[in-house]
Amino acid sequence: MNFWSDPINTIYESLMLTFTGWGLDGALAQIIIYVLGILILITFAMIIDILLVWVERKVVARFQGRLGPNRIGPFGLFQPIPDVIKLIIKEDTTPANADKLVYNLAPVLSLGSVLFLWAIVPLAINIYGVDLNVALLYMVATGAFGTLSIIMAGWSSNNKYALLGAFRQVAAMISFEIPMVVVLLIPAIITGSLSMQTITNFQTENFWFFLVSPLGALLFLISAIAELGRSPFDLNEGESEIVSGYHIEYSGMKFGLFYAGEMLHAFTFGGLLSVLFFGGWHGPWSSEIPFLGVVYFCAKALFGYWLIMWVKYTVPRIRIDHMLMFNWKFLTPVSFALLIVTALVHPLLRDAGNWIYVPGMFLSNVLVVWVTVEVLRSRSKKDRTVAETVQAVAHH
Amino acid sequence: MDSTQLLFLFSSFLIVSSAVNVVSSKNLIHAALWLISTLFGVAILFAILEAGFLAVVQVVVYIGAIAIMFIFAVMLTRRENLESGSQVNKSWPFALLLVVVIAAAIGSLMLKWDGMNTLPVQIAEGYDSVASLGAALISPDAFVLPFEVASVLLLAALLGSVYVAMNKK
Repeated sequence: MNFWSDPINTIYESLMLTFTGWGLDGALAQIIIYVLGILILITFAMIIDILLVWVERKVVARFQGRLGPNRIGPFGLFQPIPDVIKLIIKEDTTPANADKLVYNLAPVLSLGSVLFLWAIVPLAINIYGVDLNVALLYMVATGAFGTLSIIMAGWSSNNKYALLGAFRQVAAMISFEIPMVVVLLIPAIITGSLSMQTITNFQTENFWFFLVSPLGALLFLISAIAELGRSPFDLNEGESEIVSGYHIEYSGMKFGLFYAGEMLHAFTFGGLLSVLFFGGWHGPWSSEIPFLGVVYFCAKALFGYWLIMWVKYTVPRIRIDHMLMFNWKFLTPVSFALLIVTALVHPLLRDAGNWIYVPGMFLSNVLVVWVTVEVLRSRSKKDRTVAETVQAVAHH
Repeated sequence: MDSTQLLFLFSSFLIVSSAVNVVSSKNLIHAALWLISTLFGVAILFAILEAGFLAVVQVVVYIGAIAIMFIFAVMLTRRENLESGSQVNKSWPFALLLVVVIAAAIGSLMLKWDGMNTLPVQIAEGYDSVASLGAALISPDAFVLPFEVASVLLLAALLGSVYVAMNKK
């Protein structure tokens, strides 16, 4: 067995030999190695997280025509280190009538809900936490803990703004979960599996799902942005209305946990977008050298993260009724229509070979987009006529 | 004792202690949070039994939807979330008696059941329980009828709620 072709198993077996050589029981050694593996995975995610602070600050600066952090280290690369030190040594305040236990539990759960996701993310062909056969549903389930942490933070802070922010965020998360779950079914229909590893393997052997379901990728991205609570769906923070929403009362590292969680969440959703629609770790020689797969995965995840940042720093916040209307009257019907079309076209073209299947599926997506645009156009034309008549009447 | 037993003891302790807290906690929001912890313990039990789908659905449906709806309902309807006064009424001795009798009955039944002493059957390597569940749900030999009846019921509930909430002119 070679370290470069199968790193996890090589490390596992050499550690196992070492531990049993010390006279440890085999089962106990296995548990210790698993715990070590979990710690290494979390550390990897958290180190990425620290770098993401720099990425986020640098990218937002570019979007706003500024330089961004540029004092500490080359290109300001070491800026996150003083940032973290500042967060750690800041005073940790607790509001007078806060519910202490819930208040302190909320930030932990918030970051935890993101770290749970890393259990199922396939980093390379044989580097992943666990190959769960219900991974897509597991992803939705971790979102439930994210929602819960926000409610807990908003309620326990004993602050009206915090509670309002929590309400808004939960309304957004519950409603945008529906198009997301529906879109998740599209890779599931094509591969016939809910496992992330199977979905990625299918894409390495055939085609990236972006080619057969571009609309699905777009809908996933939109609902992911809403799930993250990022602009234009960042009503939970709405600085001009409710100061900063559910984490208004948090300071120091507790705020840091929310902040780190939000960043890592965005990066993870970039990674999930790549797993579901852009082939995950797939790239040249990624099957032979798994570490290259990790690099490809991180690059694609950063691309997804960049898309999310691009939207965040370009589009202004929208009103809450517009946001819910957008979800219930546009995203949800479109995603259901796409699901029905995919479920009908997929079995028809499945046996026809990739040269017919991919263009056929692509065209079916184009058809859905075209019908949607036509419906929207006729609706807005009707609305405009009504508005014009009303105006004309008012004029007379 | 192996790790599965440890996990089982941990999750059953979590379930029972949280369930006690659900009924004994005076703060309604705390009760809802303890309920979430109970439901999470049940999800762990499903995971131990290799029913991954049920475990995840337990979290998605019960924690992600129902428990959060509970919290919402409590927050939106009650000004004061604290329950004041005694938590038991005067018929508590009768309730206690009933509980003891039911517990004894279930306990004696469980002791007679020979499933108590058998180990769980190992699921074969490569058996896809999710795929089998999916096939069973739409197979006419299995559960397609109850599945469709449940969908129609949910649709009726959906339409009903839209009708109730609709702004009648």
